[in-house]
Amino acid sequence: MAEAPDKLDNLDALESEGIHIMREVAGEFDRPVILFSGGKDSTLLLHLAVKAFWPAPVPFPLLHVDTGHNFDEVIDFRDRMVERYGVRLVVAHVQEWIDDGRLEERPDGTRNPLQTVPLLDTITANKFDAVFGGGRRDEERARAKERIFSLRNAFGQWDPRRQRPELWNLYNGRHRAGEHVRVFPLSNWTELDVWRYIEREKIELPSIYYAHKREVYQRDGMWLTSGPWGGPRDGEAVFPKMVRYRTVGDGSCTGAVESEALTVSDVIAEVQASRLTERGATRADDRLSEAAMEDRKREGYF
Amino acid sequence: MSDLLRLATAGSVDDGKSTLVGRLLYDTKSVLADQLDAVTRASVDKGLSTPDLSLLVDGLRSEREQGITIDVAYRYFATGKRSFVLADTPGHVQYTRNTVTGASTAQLAILLVDARKGVIEQTRRHAAVLALLGVPNLVLAVNKIDLVGYDEGVFETIAQEFAAHADKLGYPMGSVLSVPVSALVGDNVVEPSANTPWYAGPTLLDHLETVAVQPDPHEAPLRFPVQYVIRPRTAEHPDYRGYAGQVAAGTVRVGDRVTVLPSVVAGGLTTTVERIDTPDGELTEAVAGQSVTLLLADDLDVARGDLIAAADAPPAVTDEFAATLAWLADKPLRTGARVLVKHGTRTVPAIVAAVDARFDEQALSVVDAPDGLSLNEIGLVTLRTAEPLPLDDYADSRRTGAFIVIDNADGTTLAAGLAGTPLPGT
Repeated sequence: MAEAPDKLDNLDALESEGIHIMREVAGEFDRPVILFSGGKDSTLLLHLAVKAFWPAPVPFPLLHVDTGHNFDEVIDFRDRMVERYGVRLVVAHVQEWIDDGRLEERPDGTRNPLQTVPLLDTITANKFDAVFGGGRRDEERARAKERIFSLRNAFGQWDPRRQRPELWNLYNGRHRAGEHVRVFPLSNWTELDVWRYIEREKIELPSIYYAHKREVYQRDGMWLTSGPWGGPRDGEAVFPKMVRYRTVGDGSCTGAVESEALTVSDVIAEVQASRLTERGATRADDRLSEAAMEDRKREGYF
Repeated sequence: MSDLLRLATAGSVDDGKSTLVGRLLYDTKSVLADQLDAVTRASVDKGLSTPDLSLLVDGLRSEREQGITIDVAYRYFATGKRSFVLADTPGHVQYTRNTVTGASTAQLAILLVDARKGVIEQTRRHAAVLALLGVPNLVLAVNKIDLVGYDEGVFETIAQEFAAHADKLGYPMGSVLSVPVSALVGDNVVEPSANTPWYAGPTLLDHLETVAVQPDPHEAPLRFPVQYVIRPRTAEHPDYRGYAGQVAAGTVRVGDRVTVLPSVVAGGLTTTVERIDTPDGELTEAVAGQSVTLLLADDLDVARGDLIAAADAPPAVTDEFAATLAWLADKPLRTGARVLVKHGTRTVPAIVAAVDARFDEQALSVVDAPDGLSLNEIGLVTLRTAEPLPLDDYADSRRTGAFIVIDNADGTTLAAGLAGTPLPGT
């Protein structure tokens, strides 16, 4: 059996903080849910939840807002995780909202901005009162101002001026009927912390996070791949390239980066050497304006 | 092994905090090319000739428009020696509550002053808040030293005046490092400056990397607030009953005698720690900061909200106590207010039985019998709770001496609460 360390290292401290947050939510809310895209951050959330309640099962279901623009590898992975940990999966299909006219397809075909309404509708319909997200404060300037417990009104909106002071590790989850709280256990992690923890804990991820050969075309400075969301337009040439993904989002606007990183330790070396943030490198939706993320958070996106 | 240092910045508006943080991020290469491009573009749009590094951290549109910081921004950077979580807090008086927030978890605070202005009212206010909240390490960054011609005399005067003030707050002479810096130009932030040959001390980053951070005291008596009871009731674990939580203070070892508080039985029920469980295997001991699951020898009635404490040094259990409140809400506090108190993992109704005094953080004295507390005021109160709480003095334990005050009606966090009267300088 192990003795206690003199001081906790960085990853131990972050893991303990994440587990503490998950247990607070389990203790204080009636219907929590984990937003789960199959991406690395939500996979890490699930891993922390498994550790927080072991040997009991995870006491929360997963919620996937499915744009329909998926990578097959990610959906396979999602379903295997659901099976492995015996958790319930709730899927909100953006397609259903388009089919019945509640949402309209955008001219550019991107569905990332369409996720907000199905997310809020599903939160309301299931009476979810705490919604775990994998957001990290290091991702973007507006997220840097986010609390770990972030109160949202019935419209899911984030009001930066109404944020509660967050003192010590005493989280305030009080909310009125119809309101909910977004909870971000990974707030204090950086992209590099996430990868180092994935390495240490040997956490499985969808294969697209590692370098593989893929047919890609260039648009707006990103390497995109063909899929149900469409393919190259006239004049956009397709190349076979060794690529990997740094984030997993709607296939139409999530770009791959050229990479030879086949293993976790390759990825860590690459992240350390990278001169671009993961969102700047790969997410068209974050480039829309200087305040793109703040605007989407105010609307109820994460 | 790289450890984690949590730090906060404080200081008056326009002292250049965001620029200093931007400089730390920039010079530690924590800013990536696309972020810097965005800042450079925005700076050109504003008609500036060099990148305005404060734009790296001022994340909200109204902040960028007004050129001020409104909300706490959390920033992350790492060097070969340490990882840092930095809470960048706003300087306006009306945002002092954010300084309280940043200070509550900080192991070190950087207090900025403008070399042209020296120690001002807001410097003393923030220093008092940092001392009140028990931030163990304090650094004074005398910023804009370039604007006083790198004058050693100006620096020394400010450093000595502040050291004398900090001494009264409980930071003894010699314990506060003062560094002459220019966040704008970069002097002594990461690289030593040729412009201050008279300064022999470390750069700001050198100090952050090497300062000895007192770990949470392992010798303190055990405090373990129960967050959640783990009962799998599966075929594999039919009778498992574990108490999940994070060690708030001290060390827990297998075989320790512990008391469960509060309890219907006077003095609490006492039992033995049988096992310390984690998904990675059992432990012989766990220290403050670790999240674990405790299994007890006896089948006691233990639930979320209870505190497992060292049997030989339990905290006082009380339903009426003196406390210090930092009032953080626009709505003022009045004597007789009915509120909720969250302490550890327990939330109980409470009445503010008396507002006994207000703390004057300029004069470091108490003003008798105010009729209440307004936003950003610090005061001494008597609280009566519906159920007894196991309380340590905040001066002895930052974790188990702390509580928050919540508005029963709308759920707002009204105040930071400290058990006892740890007022600095009085």
